[in-house]
Amino acid sequence: MKIDDNNVLLSVRDLSVEYHAGGEIIKAVNGVSFDVLRGQTLGLVGETGAGKTTIAKSILRVLPEPPSKVTGGKIYLKGEDLFSLPEKQMRKIRGDVVSMVFQDPMTALNPVFTVGDQITEAVRHHSNLSKAKAMKRSVDMLEMVGIPAERYNEYPHQFSGGMKQRVVIAMALCCNPELLIADEPTTALDVTIQAQVLDMINNLKKERNTSMILITHDLGVVAGVCDTVGVVYAGEIVEFGTKEEIFDYPYHPYTRGLFGSIPKLDVEVRRLHAIPGMPPDPSNLPEGCCFHPRCEHATEECLCGKIQMTEIRPGHYCRCCHATELEVKHAIDC
Amino acid sequence: MFSGRSVNKMDPNEKKKESFLYITWHRLCKNRLAMVGLVIIVLMALIAIFAPYIMPYGYDEMDLVNAMKGPTKEHWFGTDDFGRDILSRIMYGGRYSLRIGILAVGFAAVVGVAIGAIAGYYGGAYDMTIMRILDVFQAVPGIILSIAVSATLGPGFTNCIIALAIGMVPAFARMERASILNIRRMDYLEAAISVNCRDFRIIVKHVLPNALSPIIVQATMSVATSILIAASLSFIGLGVQPPTPEWGAMLSAGRNYIRNYPHMVIFPGATIMLAVFSLNVLGDGLRDALDPKLKQ
Amino acid sequence: MPSIVEVKHLKKYFNVPHGTLHAVDDVSFAMEKGSSLGVVGESGCGKSTLGRTIIHLLESTDGQIFFNGEDITRVSKAKLTKLREKMQIIFQDPFSSLNPRYTVADTIREPLILSRRFSSSEIDLETERIMEMVGLAKRLKLSYPHELDGGRRQRVGIARALALKPDFVVCDEPVSALDVSIQAQILNLIQDLQEEYGLSYLFITHDLSVVKHISDHIVVMYMGQMVEKSPTRELFRTPVHPYTKALLSAIPTIDIHNPIKRIPLAGEVMSPINPKAGCRFASRCPYATEKCSEAQELRELSPDHWVACWRAEELNPSLKLYSKEDVL
Repeated sequence: MKIDDNNVLLSVRDLSVEYHAGGEIIKAVNGVSFDVLRGQTLGLVGETGAGKTTIAKSILRVLPEPPSKVTGGKIYLKGEDLFSLPEKQMRKIRGDVVSMVFQDPMTALNPVFTVGDQITEAVRHHSNLSKAKAMKRSVDMLEMVGIPAERYNEYPHQFSGGMKQRVVIAMALCCNPELLIADEPTTALDVTIQAQVLDMINNLKKERNTSMILITHDLGVVAGVCDTVGVVYAGEIVEFGTKEEIFDYPYHPYTRGLFGSIPKLDVEVRRLHAIPGMPPDPSNLPEGCCFHPRCEHATEECLCGKIQMTEIRPGHYCRCCHATELEVKHAIDC
Repeated sequence: MFSGRSVNKMDPNEKKKESFLYITWHRLCKNRLAMVGLVIIVLMALIAIFAPYIMPYGYDEMDLVNAMKGPTKEHWFGTDDFGRDILSRIMYGGRYSLRIGILAVGFAAVVGVAIGAIAGYYGGAYDMTIMRILDVFQAVPGIILSIAVSATLGPGFTNCIIALAIGMVPAFARMERASILNIRRMDYLEAAISVNCRDFRIIVKHVLPNALSPIIVQATMSVATSILIAASLSFIGLGVQPPTPEWGAMLSAGRNYIRNYPHMVIFPGATIMLAVFSLNVLGDGLRDALDPKLKQ
Repeated sequence: MPSIVEVKHLKKYFNVPHGTLHAVDDVSFAMEKGSSLGVVGESGCGKSTLGRTIIHLLESTDGQIFFNGEDITRVSKAKLTKLREKMQIIFQDPFSSLNPRYTVADTIREPLILSRRFSSSEIDLETERIMEMVGLAKRLKLSYPHELDGGRRQRVGIARALALKPDFVVCDEPVSALDVSIQAQILNLIQDLQEEYGLSYLFITHDLSVVKHISDHIVVMYMGQMVEKSPTRELFRTPVHPYTKALLSAIPTIDIHNPIKRIPLAGEVMSPINPKAGCRFASRCPYATEKCSEAQELRELSPDHWVACWRAEELNPSLKLYSKEDVL
């Protein structure tokens, strides 16, 4: 896809990020590329340590410079190279064009300010609205996320987890960003609250045609909210495609392994098909395919150099040299 | 056959066993400043221990003819008002100053930790009572408390230690209590109860080993504070008395001669400063090394 | 078949600054030996408190607890020591459930040492046997928790719980803190151990797909109250209580072609401090009426399917229900 195609909002090309800590080099992200179209939701799925949060923070350029270091790649937002922008311009983009919802709602809000003031602060930072107008905007946002206006002057500790997360989402959306990055927005929430929050995000997204990158380890959440899916393992995207493609025809052994590991509601299995072994140490990644030590289909070929992404079905990419040899399986059969 | 066995050849957890002592030491070694502090304080301790064998003159060897002379080839640090070699007195004086610091802190730490542990672990009435008593002690500034106790008990080496220790107990107790309150939230305490651990064993094997890190840091830095307070007590005539070559007492003795013979004050003062500095940077380094959250 | 664990009208209240917290309020069930009872509910429903109260990590406020037919509601210290060898617990957080200064061997040996039934040489042998049983390599004996990942730490926790061969184990969200691929390994392990040693599990979790996979029966709790109990398959096929229905509809499914119709719930879960009488779900229930503010009775609607809702039959006309008279 061309970078300057008007429909493409965000384009990540060969992003690589390292962390330097204690004399070790931790390869958090290794050559990640993907596009996010306008109005589209991309789900980045993977387990802890796969590098998803690092990718998100790189887009916003909020990674602490030491110990982290972007060692390669580019990120284009509406055709503009984000890494070449001066910090002053980045500040204009953060919160306004690209916004982020962090994982833990308990710690994302400042406990000494009222929730209303926190949203107002965000609004005033990105616009020229007067204080009164900004406050009105905040109240509107609160109501939009289902929090009554009377609670404007309450403090974060007076809200439950689910409501705090809604406040955080209101803050993220108050300036009408074109891209929302949500890092595990519902992991810390109860299932019924999670359903509410996801529905809300979905509706808001549709109303405003916001693009979204949703980072999660929960494939069920991906199924409910995302349009495209990127499976992340050891800092690489190992499979990429539309939701239907990934769920109906998962190819990469890791993707299949993930589906196999989850107990499914409608299918009964005697034992779960667990992936043996453990995720790799990012300071000591295996040669060739990062997944090969845990893969039941691994052969000699898998150790030879970096495996490239191949298009195995239209629009469906997989980073596995044996992908085409595997029999077709649906997600629920894994 | 359980799926549990790990089957991959490359096991990231196959590092050599690393006990806490080893890791802490390793991390401490990386901190240059802390190592400098450690080396200096160890040297001072060694000098103090072997002082009788290495000091050039006796600590009370008077030479009135050469009294109040500045640094010379024979007397590197000069002589005091009785002609005694200041270098020898400083070397020997370490036995007092350092011992005061270590013993006072040792006593305060043991008593403080015990009190804090009981308050933190049992909570309720024990906690209330202990904390209120400590509140009373802490309402008086440390040095004034030490002065008051010292004045009551009278001057002298042992009384000085007692005075210092009493002043430091509340801080240790509070710190230990905070540590323990923190640990009480941990599941492994409940786990210990569920496998039939008795209270005593829980405190000794589960709680204390994990609550000691902040104590170690506090203790190190308290030795520095003790040396300073002991010096202050001697300075005002309490604490250790002349002719004992305690560093503070030497400062005190020299204060009348600052204008004309500053060396009598500079050298003991610098020694105190060096000891305090070394202990403080060592304490800082230990704090960083013992903090599991601080990735290095 | 005599039940291994039975609780009758179990209550656990806490005194908090604002009043009394009704963490567990009138829960009753019986568990068969060798079975798994899942306890599900969202945060604050009291499931963890229930588990801890049964094994005496917390003292119950009211009600009765039976173990192998014997009333263990109030026991002497000596009796409790013996009981603890038979009733164990696996904790949720693999990071805080292990003493950071204890090696793997230390953690596993402690229950063995305290039981005073083993000599030192026997203890070493037993430790190795247990490590093998839970899939921990021998070379990890002297490792410290911070050197292990979440999955391995959880295995150590399981090893500690099973060291003295208990009959009953409370599993308090044992896989919630683990990565998906490791979760599956640990779940498999837990199941395998149950089969091999005839263990009975009280499996506490908020994850419905996990509980469906591992339990024979399920208890659904809401704000300290037990709202439904049923054999697993039946609960998922025909949930009765409105809360259960809403809960099941909220699960994100990976079957993208058959999404579940969500039953939206208004409002939030409150903390049960000084609660009013009656059903605590009423304030969010789409079917609530005046009568819901009266105390709801747990009724057996069909074999082993208990529901605490006076409108159960009315809202589920197709359910094959029976009345007590039919049985007698």
